[in-house]
Order: sequence, then structure tokens, then C-alpha cells
Amino acid sequence: MWRIRAMEERVGQLKRAGEVHGLIHLSVGQEGVAAAVCGQLRDDDAVYSGHRAHGHTLAKGAPLPALLAELMGRVGGLCKGLGGSMHLVDVEHGMLGATGVVGGNIPMALGSALAARMRGGDAVAVVFFGDGAVQAGQFNESINIATLWKLPVVFVCENNGFAEFSPRSAHTNVERVSDVVAPYDLPRETVDGNEFAAVRSVFGRMLAGVRAGEGPALLECLTHRLRGHYEGDPDRYREAVSKAEWQEKDPILRLQRQGAADGWLADGDPAEFEAAARTEVDEAVEAARRSPFPDEALAASLVRAGGKS
Amino acid sequence: MSETHETTYAAAVAGAIGDAMRVDPTVFVIGEDVTAGGPFTTTAGLVDEFGTERVLDTPISEAAICGIAVGAAQSGLRPVLEIMYIDFITLALDQLVNQAAKAHFMSGGQLTVPMVLRTQGGAGHRSGAQHSQSMESWLTHVPGLTVVMPSRAVDAAGLLASAIADPGPVVVVENKTLYFRKETVPACIEPVPIGKAAILRPGRDVTVVALSRLVHEALAAAETLAAEGIEVEVIDPRTLVPLDLETILESVRRTNRLVVAHEAVQHGGFGAEIAAAVQHAGFDDLDAPIERVGAPFQPIPVSPHLEDAYLPGAAEVRAAVLATLGRSDPGADLTSH
Repeated sequence: MWRIRAMEERVGQLKRAGEVHGLIHLSVGQEGVAAAVCGQLRDDDAVYSGHRAHGHTLAKGAPLPALLAELMGRVGGLCKGLGGSMHLVDVEHGMLGATGVVGGNIPMALGSALAARMRGGDAVAVVFFGDGAVQAGQFNESINIATLWKLPVVFVCENNGFAEFSPRSAHTNVERVSDVVAPYDLPRETVDGNEFAAVRSVFGRMLAGVRAGEGPALLECLTHRLRGHYEGDPDRYREAVSKAEWQEKDPILRLQRQGAADGWLADGDPAEFEAAARTEVDEAVEAARRSPFPDEALAASLVRAGGKS
Repeated sequence: MSETHETTYAAAVAGAIGDAMRVDPTVFVIGEDVTAGGPFTTTAGLVDEFGTERVLDTPISEAAICGIAVGAAQSGLRPVLEIMYIDFITLALDQLVNQAAKAHFMSGGQLTVPMVLRTQGGAGHRSGAQHSQSMESWLTHVPGLTVVMPSRAVDAAGLLASAIADPGPVVVVENKTLYFRKETVPACIEPVPIGKAAILRPGRDVTVVALSRLVHEALAAAETLAAEGIEVEVIDPRTLVPLDLETILESVRRTNRLVVAHEAVQHGGFGAEIAAAVQHAGFDDLDAPIERVGAPFQPIPVSPHLEDAYLPGAAEVRAAVLATLGRSDPGADLTSH
């Protein structure tokens, strides 16, 4: 979680410095979900994410230097610098795609789940999306088909209460995403997404059922994103939480308090974890800076698979 | 001598899918009513041989089923997705345009999307403006999509075989009025390479490049013009993207005259791309302005006499050929175009 936090905060700085390009959606404050979910997945489990994908990609196992190089548009990036922030892919670790089109990733996860079932074995697909995607047609079509076909897919909704610049109440009368899917008769639960242990426990239970062939499940994680919809957005559409309030909510601080209370975290550990994460990020940024930008011939060669354009 | 038999375009499509499924267990069919064969029998019989695990009926959810095909293809399967009418492809365009077409590029080559999207267009069935369109030019405008448009059973089967084997997304645009046209084909249809045009009738005077149903209209026009001493060369590009421009240019170097004919609305149609490419690469070979044949810029009418008047056919091709020769065709009434 500290690795995600340190990476995201650094990406924000790099964006302001002009070293990271385009629309950047940070997940600061939502790290607990990525860590609790991806930490229980295997490389042969497919993960799909949306436009806020950095944390999921790192948590799924992508190497940090290649991830940062991708965000910086370098040829050493995960996608050779051709994908960028909203299109992160790391096939080796099962990160099959982020998408910039809200809701577009959801049916693709069903396709990977279908492939997993046709191959045999117990691999699953997991798709992360925000509460904004729930009002998109593709979400509703996909929930219907996933339950109809009992596909091995877990829907993980990070409900941060805001769809782009608008509060959820401005887009729908249904407050809880887990209620939206009630008629489909699938395991569905809403948890405090800032509580790592709760997400891990509920997702773990759902994952076991999905792996066992019991059909899909939906996990709604109530989260709070500390940043705007994207870096540099007006962010005048909501009230900032106070520092004291955030100290209570912050998923990392909460987990550290829990660890200290339960005795599995020593006094000096949190500072050490944070320092290690920030050092790792510094080194990754330096490595990315040494990677050149992709050339036009590379781009032209990748229009059609097989190299013909 | 290889053996031949009589078949139809629809049967050739179903046969090619079955052949691919027999040799490659990752190939599967997904779409609305595909176990029933669909409205035009293009998937008839497949469920009997391969079962519902590999022939998947879906709800009427074009966006999701296209996304499922993309995801399955990214995960190693070879889906053959049917969008029942090309008019409904509008609902699947996010997945086709934003995901399938770009996944290979945006992932730096990590992902491939070996999916086939079969669909059919064309008017003539009195089906109205939402079940009759020719929308292939929309698809040709998207880098990353391969677009094929067969006019004959032998190409429908041969191109489909190549499309299923292709590592990228391929859209196959069939035509509903051709499905039950009888055709003699080899007993074993060979794959037709993507990106290779066919010269279906040689001729020295005028080149006609025609798409899908208009290929047959062009051949009919060529037959009557031959009786008048005008030899028309008819070329079917078969693949729109990537286009076999060289075969067209080579023909124009001999005939010095070109007509481009398709059923789609002429305005912004793929004929404009062919015309622009030929005038740029073959300007010195042209002895007359390139003529285009296409439908008028209006939705497709459902009333029979209006639809008949709307549809371009052999008469329009004939008039265009004569125009490239500087002759008028007193027999034609083309005022509606």
C-alpha cells in the first residue's frame, strides 16, 4: 500500500513537472482495495481496470520501473510507451487492460472469464470499476450475462461517491451498488473499502466461491479518493475532508494502527515501509528517465498484429 | 481436376466456421440466436456438432457480447462473433473501435485480439432504414481493424478462414441479398488471402471496382456492354483494409478509365477513398474523371418502389462506364441519383 501511495504521490509531482503526460487519475486513498484484492490473485487470473489503474497494476505484480516508464511515455514502459496512464497492460502478471472508456472493461472481463472456463482449471477474472460505471449500459448487460452463464468473474466496485465531478446522488436514486444487482441472485456485499482486513476477508470468501465454480460475485468497496477526478481538475464539486478526519479514514494508517494493536507490526516498521517505498519509487523514476521515447517506426509496426499496416 | 459442387453463400459461411472449429478447439461462435442458425442460416447446424459450449446464444446485448469476444480473444480464444445486422454494430462500436482495434497497439504488442466479427448489410428486403444499411466505410476509418467484404460464396468461405486465422480483429461484412444465391465452388475451398483483390472479368476499356452486391451488378452491366463492343474489367477488392491498390492501379494503367461502385451512400463512402488513392498514384494513367456509383444521401426507404429507386444497380454502373467514355446513355433514367 505504501508502494502505491508513494508511486501515486510521485506521479502527481511528475505530472505537474511535465514528465508524466495526459489525463492522470490517481488512486491516493484507495490503495487498500487494490492491495487486498490483487494480493490474493495469481498471475493466471485476469484483472481489468478502468481509468484509475496505477494501483491495481502495481498490486497485480507489474514492475514499478516499467510502470513509471509507461506513465512517462518511455519505450522501456510496460506498453513501450504506447499505452499510457489509462491503458496499462502487463500480460505476464495477468493485468489484461485498463480502459479510458467508463464501463468498457466490464464485458472484457467476462470474455477472459469465459476463456478461463473453456481452458479448464480454476482461474478467474476480476474487474475494477468505479460507481460511475454502474450507470453505463455495459455494466448492466454484463451483470446479466455473467450471472446467466455463471462465469468465474468478481466485480469489484470502488465506490468513492463521485462519478467524475458529480456525486452519486446526482446520477442515480440507488445509493448502494450492491443493491443495483440484487435481482440477479449473486453473492454481493458492501464493505468499508478503507479497511484492508475487511476487503481482504470478504473478497477472499467471494474468490473461493468463484474459483469453485459457483458463479460471479460483486464486492462494493466504499472508498474516498483524496485527489480530484484527474490531476488538475477544478475539484470544486466537493468539500475536502479535514486532516484529522482523513487520519481516521486513511487505509494505510488504519492498517498500521491495527497491526500495532494486534502486535504484528513493530514501532519502527511503518516508517521503514514508507521510506523503502519512496526510495524504490525514486530509483524507478531515475531508471525511467534513462529510457528513450518510442520512435515512429515502432508505432507504425503495431497497428495490425503481424506487423502489416 | 478438382471436384466442384453447388452451394450458397450462407452455406459456405457455415461450412467455413465448422471447418475452423474442427481443427482449432479455441474457435467458438457467439451471437444472438446462433444455435438456431440465425435469420439467414449462416450458423445452421453448428450447435449439433459442437454443442452449446462452443456455440453460445446471447441476450440482445451487442456492446457486452462484443466486449466478451474481445476479452476472450485477449485470453487466447478465437471468437467468431455475429452481429445480426450491421445496423446494430453501432451498439458494439465502443468495444470494436476503442478496445479491439487498439489493444495490440496500446499494449505495445503484448495483446492480440484474434476475433472475427461477422455481420451483414445491404438493402433490397424492404427491411427499412435500420436493417438495410451499408456501413463498411465507418469501419475502414479505424486503424487496427481489418475489413473484408466478400461478394461470392467462394470468397465468403475463403476470407472467413483467413479471418479466423488472423492474429488481429477482422470484420467480415456479408450481404443479406447474396446469402441464397447459388454458386459452383470447389469441393474444398482454399483460404483466400486477406488484402488480395480478384479480377472477376478481364476487359480493356474501363475498370469497374465494385463491392459486395454491386460486383454482380457490375458483371451484369459488363455483359450487356460487351454486346455493344465495350469491354469492362470488373475487380472485386474483397478486402477493403488493407486495400490491394496495386491490382486496381495495374488495371487502370491498361484501361485508363475507372468506375467505383458500391451500395453504400456515395457521400463519404469507401469509393471516395479508392478514387482518391487512384487519382494520386495513377493520375497520368487516367483519361477521364473517375466515376462513382453509390446510393443517394438519404435513409433507406421501406416502400418497395422507393427502395428500388434508391438502390444502385447495373443501370447505374452502365451509365457510369459510358460517362468515363464520354457517352451518354439515352436508355437510362438516373434523375433520382
